[in-house]
Amino acid sequence: MILFQANDLSVRFGGIRAVDSVTFEVRQGEVFAIIGPNGAGKTTIFNLISRIYNSTSGKLLLGDTDFTQTPAWRIAGLGIARTFQNIELFPNATLLQNLLIGRHYHARTNFISEMMFLPSVRKAELRHREKVEDVIAFLGLERYRDSLIANLPYGVRKVVELGRALSIEPKLLLLDEPSSGLNVEETEGMGFWIEDIKKDLGITVIMVEHDMALVNQVSDRVMALNYGKVLAMGTPQQVQSHPEVVKAYLGGEVEGAA
Amino acid sequence: MHDAARILQLIVNGAASGCIYGLIALGFVLIYKATEMVNFAQGDVMMLGGFAAFTLIAHFHLPYWVGGILAIVITAALGYALDALIIRRVIGQPQFAVVMLTLGLGFIFRAGAGIAWGYDSVGFETPFTNKTIDIGGLILGEDSVSIIAGTVLLCGVLYLFFSRTRVGVAMQAASQNQLAAYYMGIPVRTIFSLIWAISAGVACLAGILLSPISMIDVNMGSLGIKAFAAAVIGGFGSIPGSVIGGVIVGIVEQFAGYKLPAGFQEVSSNIVLLLMLFVRPQGLFAERMGKRV
Amino acid sequence: MRYLFRTQYRQDIALWRHNGDRFWYGLLAVLILIAPQLLGEFYIGELGGVFIFAIAGVGLMLLVGYTGLISLGHAAFLGIGAYVNAVLLSHGVPFLLTLPAAGLFTAVCGAAIGRPTLRMSGLYLAIATLAFGSIVGTVFQKWTAVTGGFDGFAVPTPYVFGIAVESATGLYYVAGAVLAFVLWLSANLLRAPTGRAMVAIRDSEVSAQSMGIYLARYKTLAFAISAGMTGLAGALFAHYVRFLAPDSFDVLLSVQLLTIVFVGGLGSLRGAILGAVFVRLLPQFIAIVRDDLPFGIGRLPGLEPALFGLALVLVILFQPAGLNGMWLKTKAWFQAFPFKRQANFRRQKSYAKSERLK
Repeated sequence: MILFQANDLSVRFGGIRAVDSVTFEVRQGEVFAIIGPNGAGKTTIFNLISRIYNSTSGKLLLGDTDFTQTPAWRIAGLGIARTFQNIELFPNATLLQNLLIGRHYHARTNFISEMMFLPSVRKAELRHREKVEDVIAFLGLERYRDSLIANLPYGVRKVVELGRALSIEPKLLLLDEPSSGLNVEETEGMGFWIEDIKKDLGITVIMVEHDMALVNQVSDRVMALNYGKVLAMGTPQQVQSHPEVVKAYLGGEVEGAA
Repeated sequence: MHDAARILQLIVNGAASGCIYGLIALGFVLIYKATEMVNFAQGDVMMLGGFAAFTLIAHFHLPYWVGGILAIVITAALGYALDALIIRRVIGQPQFAVVMLTLGLGFIFRAGAGIAWGYDSVGFETPFTNKTIDIGGLILGEDSVSIIAGTVLLCGVLYLFFSRTRVGVAMQAASQNQLAAYYMGIPVRTIFSLIWAISAGVACLAGILLSPISMIDVNMGSLGIKAFAAAVIGGFGSIPGSVIGGVIVGIVEQFAGYKLPAGFQEVSSNIVLLLMLFVRPQGLFAERMGKRV
Repeated sequence: MRYLFRTQYRQDIALWRHNGDRFWYGLLAVLILIAPQLLGEFYIGELGGVFIFAIAGVGLMLLVGYTGLISLGHAAFLGIGAYVNAVLLSHGVPFLLTLPAAGLFTAVCGAAIGRPTLRMSGLYLAIATLAFGSIVGTVFQKWTAVTGGFDGFAVPTPYVFGIAVESATGLYYVAGAVLAFVLWLSANLLRAPTGRAMVAIRDSEVSAQSMGIYLARYKTLAFAISAGMTGLAGALFAHYVRFLAPDSFDVLLSVQLLTIVFVGGLGSLRGAILGAVFVRLLPQFIAIVRDDLPFGIGRLPGLEPALFGLALVLVILFQPAGLNGMWLKTKAWFQAFPFKRQANFRRQKSYAKSERLK
């Protein structure tokens, strides 16, 4: 079953075609990786999907819903969560608050009842807290629960951002370079979490990633991009041995690439 | 006086006071482009510059030109010190910390000027005071003409400075990309302090040019808020933009005073500012883009 | 040191974290209630002034300290609240209606100014609100039919449940009650989704949006709530000064209100109160030492604004967490005594973060 589709997606910044008629689809329950050299347009695709950028042309579909024109703040409501390449957490709030903000879309209380903290608000808060505690337990973040994000090490923040995205309870999770800035052990841990997210939580994942070991470990299918265009798509092995892909990474002509 | 001449007169007067707003706005823009900060004390720096010129010319009896240039140099040095000693320390804090910091400095400047020069309005003799020139039957005050000419001249000088001199080009580079400029061996911090110096010098020039029209007093810094309107019209981005913005604000103000009931003249610049921000916040000359993630 | 053993989630959303809190705040409440028995009329009047400014401070704190939006025009909201209250009272509307009416009307004004300024970043917002404040100030002066212009406006005596609030003590109790109410509302809001959405907007707009937070809605809401609370403070301020002068709601007053939140410490309700104490007591302190200062410095007309400016500069340069930060550090020092962590008292190095739109 197809969960997500991008049809003929393009965006131009000035004269540059950052994303050039990219078409791909992601199946329910798979981990789909986007690879490519720097500046290939990978993060731009994420920014298009999360509607931070407007596409110049093309279509975005989640299931049967066309969300090409949906405002950015409604994207979470569709069930799409994301992380950011350089971590965009809320640094002056605690980990717990960060994850609770992830629950925002599920909040049904209005500000007047919140200002009086009516019993309904209290009940809703406790329910959100339980959901968030599930995520904390899933990612093993218990001991950082009340720390300010600003005081946490980089590797932990990366996990917190993953946790915040999970608190949204998404159908589709976009991970922008989940391993960047992490050491070998942390990257390995990230790999296991992505596998667990897929297997235990049944969430479909699209990730942009440079670390080919991680891509090989977790992804079902891979799409390679360069200069905003699709070079190849298929299993990790197929894509890595694709001559165009080798050329894009190594440069120059390819002589009899295997 | 018939209506056409009256209107022309309003335009010239408006352009003259508009040039002053433009010069203050120019100071905002130079600093903003380089450091993303806005000096809310810019009007008060102008006030200090005006008083410096007053002391040199009226007290020490220096000739107008010598005293004026000396005052500009002194105010520029103050601008340099302001950045090097105080503003530099808050780099990395949220933008509104700088807003509050410079607002606080403005109040301190005002009190300092009050202690040094008292709270009475003062003025000094300039070559343009109370003289008129006759252009094809149109009688113009030399004071207004001197402001407009001075502003145009300054824009030319700044243009040459930023395009032709090493320091000027280094400033442009540092404004566009701090890190790259730093790697290219440009002493970015000194360059920023120099930009503050230029901005203060321009403010002082505004104070000197203004003095034949309006007296110098401790509260003249409140002109700064009108200069914001000028800078916003110019899109907070370009030197000619802010001067043109200033002229627009100046002329609107004159006509508001002429046509509309009392009270509208004082708030017309604010109304222009808000309308501009609501309708076209990127200014008249710039394009709009979103934040990068 | 105190360690909290938490066994239930509801402990984390309680207003009082432990019995110590309950005890100290209870003691404070008792002291405030019996203060008029212990202190003279003059000091009670001053404390009432502190309460009124603290109400406005809490309102501004929600906007600046929690949502990260700056306003240089809050004096206008204080003024709107004051005039709405005074004008309605003079038409015979009872005080128990005019007070909320002043708050609600000002909140609507706040939403009206907040809505179009949404797209603006910190800097443009500062300029826009500065212009707004200055326009409203001019309206107070020129709209003589309503405000009386420079003749001023005598504020009628309010009645609460049939009792005239004439003395400083009466206003002190009313202001204290309103402050407690406003603090309660704010604390509730901050432990609920709306408060967290405000914090999210402060820390990262892009990711707040990705969390499903509609920036326009929450920024407008923050503006409205903040303005409304400031309007309440304005209504009480009218009774505090008893005679409204149109030029008293100027930029200097806006900066004073901002001084409350900056000196008090951004991002803390306690900070708003500490800041209000500072801002109200500074002029009193100047008045007391005025004659003892050398060279007649105490008699300079610009002294008060200059000292506010100086306080702002010093706090921003050396103590960005404000009085609240100093309070927390002192508390931590005593709790850990005789051990101390140098890092508690060291400022963290910060790096330039661009807010420029690219």
